[in-house]
Amino acid sequence: MNSPESVLDPAGPQSRQIGGLTWLFIWTCVIVFFMVMGTLVGALAHRRKDQAMGPSREPITHPDPIRERRLWTTVWASIVLTVGTLFTLLFADLLSGRAIHKVSQSPDPLRIQIIAHQWWWEVHYIDWPARFGERSASNGITTANEIHIPVDPAHPVTVEFELDSHDVIHSFWVPNLHGKRDIIPGHPTSLWLQADRPGTYWGECGEFCGYQHAQMRLVVVAEPAEKFQSWLDGQRQSAPEPTGEMQARGRDVFLHASCAMCHSIQGTDAHASVGPDLTHVASRKILAAGAVPNMPGHLAGWIMDPQRIKPGTRMPQNNLSAGDLRALLEYIETLK
Amino acid sequence: MSEAILHTETTELRAPAQPEAVASPVADELGPENERLALERTWRRPPGFLGWLTTTDHKEIGLRYIKTAFGFFVLAGILALHMRVQLALPKNTFLTNDVYNQFFTTHGTAMMFLFAVPMMEGMGIYLVPLMVGTRNVSFPRLLNFSYYLYLIGGICLFTGLAFNMGPDMGWFAYTPLSGPQYAPGHRMDLWSQMVTCVEISGMAAGVEIVTTVFKQRAPGMSLNRIPIFVWTQLVTSFMIIFAMPAITLCSTMLSMDRLTHLKTHFYNPAEGGDALLWQHLFWFFAHPEVYIIFIPATGFVSDIIIAFSRRRAFGYTALVLSMVATAFIGFGVWVHHMFATPLPRLGQGMFTAASLMIVVPNGVQMFCWLATLWSGRRPRFELPLVWVIAFIVVFLIGGLSGVILASVSVNVQATDTFFVVAHLHYVLIGGAVFPLFGAFYYWFPKWTGRMLNTAAGWWHFALFFIGFNLTFWPMHHLGLRGMTRRRYTYPEETGWMTLNMVATIGAFLMAAGVLVFIVNAMWSRRRGRVAGDNPWQAGTLEWATSSPPPSYNFLYPPTVRGREPLWEPEKEAPVIVGLSREKRQVLSTTVLDAAPHHRYDLAGESIWPFFLAFGVAATLMLGGIFNPWYVPGGIAVITLALFGWFWTSPALRERPSAQPHVAGQPRLWWLGRRGKSADVKSKDE
Repeated sequence: MNSPESVLDPAGPQSRQIGGLTWLFIWTCVIVFFMVMGTLVGALAHRRKDQAMGPSREPITHPDPIRERRLWTTVWASIVLTVGTLFTLLFADLLSGRAIHKVSQSPDPLRIQIIAHQWWWEVHYIDWPARFGERSASNGITTANEIHIPVDPAHPVTVEFELDSHDVIHSFWVPNLHGKRDIIPGHPTSLWLQADRPGTYWGECGEFCGYQHAQMRLVVVAEPAEKFQSWLDGQRQSAPEPTGEMQARGRDVFLHASCAMCHSIQGTDAHASVGPDLTHVASRKILAAGAVPNMPGHLAGWIMDPQRIKPGTRMPQNNLSAGDLRALLEYIETLK
Repeated sequence: MSEAILHTETTELRAPAQPEAVASPVADELGPENERLALERTWRRPPGFLGWLTTTDHKEIGLRYIKTAFGFFVLAGILALHMRVQLALPKNTFLTNDVYNQFFTTHGTAMMFLFAVPMMEGMGIYLVPLMVGTRNVSFPRLLNFSYYLYLIGGICLFTGLAFNMGPDMGWFAYTPLSGPQYAPGHRMDLWSQMVTCVEISGMAAGVEIVTTVFKQRAPGMSLNRIPIFVWTQLVTSFMIIFAMPAITLCSTMLSMDRLTHLKTHFYNPAEGGDALLWQHLFWFFAHPEVYIIFIPATGFVSDIIIAFSRRRAFGYTALVLSMVATAFIGFGVWVHHMFATPLPRLGQGMFTAASLMIVVPNGVQMFCWLATLWSGRRPRFELPLVWVIAFIVVFLIGGLSGVILASVSVNVQATDTFFVVAHLHYVLIGGAVFPLFGAFYYWFPKWTGRMLNTAAGWWHFALFFIGFNLTFWPMHHLGLRGMTRRRYTYPEETGWMTLNMVATIGAFLMAAGVLVFIVNAMWSRRRGRVAGDNPWQAGTLEWATSSPPPSYNFLYPPTVRGREPLWEPEKEAPVIVGLSREKRQVLSTTVLDAAPHHRYDLAGESIWPFFLAFGVAATLMLGGIFNPWYVPGGIAVITLALFGWFWTSPALRERPSAQPHVAGQPRLWWLGRRGKSADVKSKDE
């Protein structure tokens, strides 16, 4: 049973801190559980003093005061132990809260804005450390459902997510990296994290947000700095011009069918922002916020009948001729 | 309180009998048979359908509450089975997302609002008057009203579901998702009005219990002798009275946001409202709600442990105080449902501390139970006790996972995952349903006069206990493996399938256990072994009358000289005489010492509470769902019904002539010496 999204399989300092704390709590609870169970078994099974005279059923209305006092001593000891344990746990929680908070003091973060929608994630790279290239007004990145972040053991890069929602409450959660942060309309917030182990980490929407809450996933690709650099450079390009007749026809389909009413492709006339930006859609791993993997067959199915794959999604059905669809797919394949 | 208000015929009462007469409780010259007949004539409900509809007998209405709540438990459980089948396999297509969302919302709503709280209220309504030794609750018509309002609310919810109008935004109904923009149609309107109905009903029942416990206890049952279950009901009722207005307020505000004629913007951030406001108001109710469900269950546990370890409770005062402390702290922890929201970190730390603090009173309770078991007689493992032992095991796990969730840092990982689903079911099923089944086995003989079948009972227990743990234990692991709640599907690569499959199998075992119980109950109520008055030789007053109790509960209402009155060495305790046989009369006693104070005539059957329940429900449903202009019309109907209700009330009709004041010390009408209760009390301390 391999579960990639485990909170106890941390890939960053925040989740590692939380993971350690979780284990502390779990083991404390295990010990307490067995102590109480031992007492319970003892209470039920131990030999009573008066049993020698046969099992009496007479109710005890006036218990022996000396024995009662002795029992009270035990009970008080247990209460003191309980309170002590609770204080220890409280203290551990406060300390790790501070440790988690510390990472947010990085002066030069990678800043990513996330706008959660029913049911996908709009991702904007707003700013990044200077070593990944100069940031200017025109070269911001817009993508969807897939976030790349650098892993650099020598100079750890802190990522600041600026989270907002314009419809309902969502919650941003990548279990391997950090805990959830609810995204409440009217309460923009931010979350800071780092990744220290390269890998592909799944994220989920953590707060119930309607019909497709289950299929509002995202993927975080933590990769070495050089790879991140090349990804970033690639994402900063506009879409390539179509080569060949099929691709040109595909772009026409995109611009003149209903696609361009919601989606945008940088370098074309499509600038709508209702749905995800598709400038580099072919480079992504997933479609429809994780409902299906990004493969041509799935893409075709998704374009023609999204309601079948993700009932309730805001994307409408499209009636394209077979030729148009093939051309469109061929064009989209070039949007690396 | 030095002055008692007495009815005129008090003066005709027999003088307190001589001490010799105390030995014989049959202290009336008419003889017990005539007394019985006269009381039966006065207290039984009128015959026919109308009598059935208008009954004010707390036992009948209590059992109706219990049966109705159990019915909703079964329905909501069937919904849960559907959800488990859907989740057994990745990308399953058994339920669509729309149906799944309706099912999980209705499951949560029904279990919380229609099963758990009303079930505990029903148990209280049945048992509290018997345990405090009186003949009915203080406001019998209010009881009738509250039951019908609850029933109507519940029927509306499931009727909505049957017509594809079930709520689908979660039982927590977070705005703005549940608001007009994202939940069009009437699904959430129906939900919020149903909630209002059920909560009004809950408040009525709460008031009922508080007055009955405060004013109608058997003489001698001072505060420090109240049975622990009655304490739990009292504390819970106060919690209901404080918590329910919050939900009634916030669901009404939601309705006002949603109604096209009003269009308020309480929760709409675009218009200056705040989506977080809902969460604060909702959890300010919904966290205490958990304790409203759990505290009465601790009452079952305490009373069953006392009966089976055959000793008075170890640490009675500690048990009661820890319950009161839990109730208070329970109102101060609601933010731990909101740790993932962007609230200030320091404030969240405060709520972590409060959430951990609530462990202390619960721990004290647990230690007292263990000490009672330890120092009592060696217990016989009969079914009520077995369920209580299972409760200790299961609830402990739920409590400990609650400690884990109290930490802000761990919480942000675990919240809204299946870890929380596991936790809440361990707490609510473990903390309330296990003791409840124990209570069923314990009090079923009192309700029906017959014992539940033991062999079937063990099957029920084994299936339910194993099934429960198979269902919910894997969910801890699923949550830590990243499975979020309220999702109708999941992809295969998540690796969640095996554990989900195990959970689904467990759910069916649980369901089989419940089925065995239902069959057992149906069979045993007619053919079970005859129980007798006190099959467990327990010490509280409900066992002092026949099983099932007569309509008037006690031939001679008892007096009390200890915490477990039936265990007192002096078997023949004095009884109360001098209550009217021709009127439904009960003895009202003082709040602290339960000294006799005055006699109080209870209202009889009336059709008006039934009409009032319909009026209130129709006003809320029509006005809250369709058009607020129905509200003024509804208020007219409500006013009419209230007039009818009070016009026929004995208090209004007879007060002026029948209540002369008698100066001086209150006379003690029961057959005992003046100040006797004070003597015995000092022995207790």
